[in-house]
Amino acid sequence: MKLFENIFKFNGGIQAETHKAISTAETIKKFGIPKKIILPLRQHIGRLAKINVNIGDYVLKGQLIANADGNVSAAIHAPTSGYIESIEKLPIPHPSGLPDFCVVIITDGKDTWVDKKPIDWKKIGYQKTVELLISSGIVGLGGATFPSHLKLTKKDHGAKLTTLIINAAECEPYITCDDMLMRERIDELIKGINLLHDFLEFEESIISIEDNKLDAIEKIKKAIINEKNISLKIVPTIYPSGDAKRLIYLTKGIKIPKNTRSSELGIQMFNVATIVAIYRFLEFGEPSLSRIITITGNIKKPRNYEVLFGTPLEEIITDAGGQKINNQTFIMGGPMMGFALPSIQVPVTKAMNCIISAETEMLKNDAPVLPCIRCARCAEACPVELQPQELYWFSKSKQLDKVEEYNLFDCIECGCCSYVCPSNIPLVQYYRFAKSEIIEERQHQEEANIARERNEFRLSRLEREKIERAERNAQRRAQTSSDEKSKLVEEKRKAIQEAMARVNKEGDNSL
Amino acid sequence: MISNQSPFVQDTTSVSYIMFLVLVALIPGILVHCFLFGYGILFNIITATITVLIAEYLILKARNYPVKPFLTDYSAIVTAWLLAVSIPSIAPWWIIVVGSLFSIIFAKHFYGGLGSNLFNPAMVGYAILLISFPAIMTKWPSAYASVSFGEELKLFFFGISNYDAIASATPLDYLKTELLLNKNIDQVLAEPIIKANPLIWVGIAYLLGGIFLIYKKIITWHLPLTYLLTLFLVASLFSLANPNNFAPFYYHLLNGGTFLAAFFIITDPVSGPTTPKGKIFFAFMVAMLVYLIRIFGGYPEGIAFAVIFMNICVPLIDKLSQPKVFGHD
Repeated sequence: MKLFENIFKFNGGIQAETHKAISTAETIKKFGIPKKIILPLRQHIGRLAKINVNIGDYVLKGQLIANADGNVSAAIHAPTSGYIESIEKLPIPHPSGLPDFCVVIITDGKDTWVDKKPIDWKKIGYQKTVELLISSGIVGLGGATFPSHLKLTKKDHGAKLTTLIINAAECEPYITCDDMLMRERIDELIKGINLLHDFLEFEESIISIEDNKLDAIEKIKKAIINEKNISLKIVPTIYPSGDAKRLIYLTKGIKIPKNTRSSELGIQMFNVATIVAIYRFLEFGEPSLSRIITITGNIKKPRNYEVLFGTPLEEIITDAGGQKINNQTFIMGGPMMGFALPSIQVPVTKAMNCIISAETEMLKNDAPVLPCIRCARCAEACPVELQPQELYWFSKSKQLDKVEEYNLFDCIECGCCSYVCPSNIPLVQYYRFAKSEIIEERQHQEEANIARERNEFRLSRLEREKIERAERNAQRRAQTSSDEKSKLVEEKRKAIQEAMARVNKEGDNSL
Repeated sequence: MISNQSPFVQDTTSVSYIMFLVLVALIPGILVHCFLFGYGILFNIITATITVLIAEYLILKARNYPVKPFLTDYSAIVTAWLLAVSIPSIAPWWIIVVGSLFSIIFAKHFYGGLGSNLFNPAMVGYAILLISFPAIMTKWPSAYASVSFGEELKLFFFGISNYDAIASATPLDYLKTELLLNKNIDQVLAEPIIKANPLIWVGIAYLLGGIFLIYKKIITWHLPLTYLLTLFLVASLFSLANPNNFAPFYYHLLNGGTFLAAFFIITDPVSGPTTPKGKIFFAFMVAMLVYLIRIFGGYPEGIAFAVIFMNICVPLIDKLSQPKVFGHD
């Protein structure tokens, strides 16, 4: 081992209290089968999964009940056996607080598996395996829930993937689900890394982990002694080291340029839990049915649970003994980037990595918001090297072109600026607001463009029709041949003469 | 306030804490000054503090702002102390009152209050006093005249007509005048008023306070280090070129308010630049201007004018010195 490892420290970041020890004293507890499973059809980034079961159907554990709809979508499977009771809009754990389509399963407690088969990817080949993985329902389990099959490429824009980085940083305070997974299931992780390494033909695989997870580091070190493909990179405990671009920089010293995917530079990153899920799918044929969740904070018995998707969160909170001080507020995700849940009458989803029962000081922020004193602590803390004080100024005054010019859309909303701000300004909220304003404006612009195009098309159509009509008339006139014309004139003249003759005759008679 | 948007955790450093540490860092310099030159500086500080608090209170009320958070942020007191230590400690009370009022009402609140002032408030107050009352503003107590506490109080409340007994020019001022009389540097520097002036100890105390602020991460190294380095380089250059007419670098570093300026005055965040490169340029320009004013200008010390002038340039400096964003070419 090298004595001095190169660490490419990114700008800023923060060293907040980690509060990780709260939930690591107990082992991962397998949570039982709940009576009712509420399975949202959108647990991933992308389109709603397409349901292929009916109310009243009996489903088996691992049975596909909704297909991925298009490429950016993920399949949903029944986490246990039972009957489908209803398909309806129910509250889901999402920042918007709006209900979404869910499949409700009344479980039968038998937990009967579908006929699951291991997948021999070497035999069926790469293409077929990726197709199967589309139906695995596996998404990024670090919290981003990006469908994993989209990342299982060997090449991106002609660049061959060479480096697999396993994101074990888990930089958000409180969250320990990846840490506990590595402590307890290191074998599965190592097997999964080897599998992915061979499957996508990587040249090196690196586990990147923050230096505060001593137990997990020991386990990894022991497990990789005889692994020539896998190395370990210990990075400093600085939030947000777990952000993909920051972790790649810490690990390899490569700054992924704006609007570029790391895979275009040959680097692919997976979260530890995602790798274990892929391993279990290929090795045992088990789709994505459960995940590990950290239940922590102001809770009586904090620990990690392995929970079936769709399990009502309330039951897990009850199992963890409930809140120490009743304030009823729960945060999903970490304290830096998570959001407050409107209620705990929501099901567990693929995105739910951590539930923090909010500590009182998280909710009560008595300090007044003062004006920005331009101390630039936010700029010192910004891992993207933005100038948050300028972004704040332009967001507040709604100078949207300016705020874009200062690279608002590079902001990863990690919250470091808000964390350090001595004036207590909720900076990230300003950026979210500005981003949504700009996106809305763009949509309006888009709509206006469409309307304008339509109108222009209509005007040109009317113009064209007018010309065509005129042409048709002219043509008709031209087509009516001269003798025909004279014939018509002749007829008319004849009719007039006859009428005149009649009139004259009648006149004679009256006399 | 219940916040339901992340982040839910926050660092405890507040504006009040930052300003409080600045006050703490000023204390060594004030004590040394007090020890060497008498209690006058304390009268200045107390008067300035009371004046700014009353002025801030009234103007916050007039502007319909919440009084408590703004009065307890200590920012007005920092302004008051910086002005008070810049004014001669034998100045009469009304000088301090006028300067403080100008700082708070004109330089701070007329521009929008905390966070909005274009110019360093203490330096605006100082500059106005220097232009309006040059005689009083350039007479500092002589370190040798022993003045009793009672006499100091009398000075403070009633002023004096005969300064010569207790006051003298500062070394910077003295050198400037003497050089005009065709003396050369060595002769002037050898005179007791400069050679034995204990003012350098005040400077060193401010230096220690400044190092404390860097250690506490209240300020970064960019501004003070660039300022001192530039002053060092430009003074060395001139004195190397013509040692008879230009004082050596240490004279420039140790006299005047060099350390006070480097760590406490040019580091005002509100009116200064925010980017690292911008800070370096700002400090470089202030140091150049200070040197030029000291040598060629009409005033013995130029920090106030240099800072005010460079404050105007801050928006442009910030705009032109934007650092590269992560992953941008």
